[in-house]
Amino acid sequence: MSATSPRSQVLLDVDHIGHVYGRGGRAEHVAIRDCSFQVRQGEFVSIVGPSGCGKTTLLRCASGLLQPTDGGVSLGAVPVAGVPRDLALVFQDYSRSLFPWLTVRRNVDFPLRHLGLAKPERAARIERSLDDVGLAGAADKYPWQLSGGMQQRVAIARALAYEPAVLLMDEPFASVDAQTRADLEDLMLAVWERHASTVLFVTHDIDESVYLADRVIVLSSSPASVVAEIEVGLPRPRDQIETRSLDAFVALRAEVARLIRAPRRA
Amino acid sequence: MVGATRSDRLTTAGGPSAARRLGGVANAVALRLAVLAGFLVVWQLVTTASGSIFFPTPVEIVERLWQTVFGGQGTPILDHLVPSVARLLGGWTIGSLAGIAVGLAVGASGRLRDYLDPLIHFGRAIPPPALLPLFLVLLGLGDVMKVAMIAFGIVWPVLLNTIDGVQSVDSQYLDTGRVYGATRADRLLRIMLPAAAPKIFAGLRISLSIAVILMVISEMVAATNGVGFLLIQSQRTFRMLDMWAWILLLGILGYVLNTALLAVERRVLRWHQGARRGADT
Repeated sequence: MSATSPRSQVLLDVDHIGHVYGRGGRAEHVAIRDCSFQVRQGEFVSIVGPSGCGKTTLLRCASGLLQPTDGGVSLGAVPVAGVPRDLALVFQDYSRSLFPWLTVRRNVDFPLRHLGLAKPERAARIERSLDDVGLAGAADKYPWQLSGGMQQRVAIARALAYEPAVLLMDEPFASVDAQTRADLEDLMLAVWERHASTVLFVTHDIDESVYLADRVIVLSSSPASVVAEIEVGLPRPRDQIETRSLDAFVALRAEVARLIRAPRRA
Repeated sequence: MVGATRSDRLTTAGGPSAARRLGGVANAVALRLAVLAGFLVVWQLVTTASGSIFFPTPVEIVERLWQTVFGGQGTPILDHLVPSVARLLGGWTIGSLAGIAVGLAVGASGRLRDYLDPLIHFGRAIPPPALLPLFLVLLGLGDVMKVAMIAFGIVWPVLLNTIDGVQSVDSQYLDTGRVYGATRADRLLRIMLPAAAPKIFAGLRISLSIAVILMVISEMVAATNGVGFLLIQSQRTFRMLDMWAWILLLGILGYVLNTALLAVERRVLRWHQGARRGADT
């Protein structure tokens, strides 16, 4: 398990953010309202909420891709304006986030071009991160020559090669089949432990949120706001069959489900 | 019984279907050649029967072209073909590069696009030959005028297609660039340009055929060499057979250039074909 000492340090601080699309207009839409949470160094935090509740908007605000209309985000105590260097984001739709005109190797290389790395270090990082996701042999293939699950692995490898302080993931496994999804979940956990990284993982799948995380942040339906934060505390390393059959897992899952389904507090 | 069905399935999956596909391709090629041959035969028969001096037979035309190109008699063809191709490719390259560069800048900037849109559509609406008198006055009779006219005429399809291609770049490609520290130059050249490349190539293909047209027109009006010059000369001196030979040569030139561009496109856009095929299955 990850070290406990740096855990106390807050890395990503989402402070009372809200986002309204088309404020003041006829089509005004409040996507998120007064959301606050923190992600500490080395934590695996998942955010779970009903489909269409504004999770993606929340993650876009947290990543700096979108400027929230209220509140602010800071990463390592520095206010986020634009996407910080220390942050990477893995999108749900890998087919639109990997560049089809680049090979796997050059896709993974894309974020490394302005980091001032020496050539051998750059090549080594690419090899290492492709190795981490089990795609060492696919470096010279194009993304479209790979299956969906493998493409998402490439996207993860690209994020790993960038070595961000915090990795944000937006429903990354929502469009792959169940078996691939389980494989990718375990891959993600292995990578997280090996690199002692910090992950903020958005999903609409309750089981997945509990299975992966140290802490689950539960969102209400639209406009999204934080309903509860649940410490997971299940033993690691986790196992698809053992962990999921633990009484504690079942209880946590039920609790999260109840919170999501509960009527909004006025 | 079971064995029989399995072997049936195997044969339908492997051999015959592949053979049938191959047969289909062979059939299509044979049909095309047959149509072409039929056309030539009819052409030959009709022109032989009519005996008109304005319509020599295709055999005569090919013979004449063959003699001038390989027989070393009459016009030294390279003295005309080389300047023609140089003007054509020069104008096409300049116009294409300008179209792509301006198209990237305009497509990437919403405000620039709003300002320039009417201007671009007006520019496109002017038939390039209409500007020939102006270009003659401004640039004289030389190669500069011809290259400029070709460049001006072909810039529009490239420009419009580039703008369109850049505008329809998937926003998630751009988000990915923002997440991974892409600079402005990266955004333009490493994301927008390749993403828009399929549309840009469509524009380049249109512009190439326009370039051939403008090359011929500009050489007909003001030139002392070039295939367009030969064409108008032979017409003015009533050498009908020569005239037809140059028409044939221009047809071949256009066909070769287009085929070459298609080959380049297939190479550069291999990822695009692959990605599309990948998305289908």
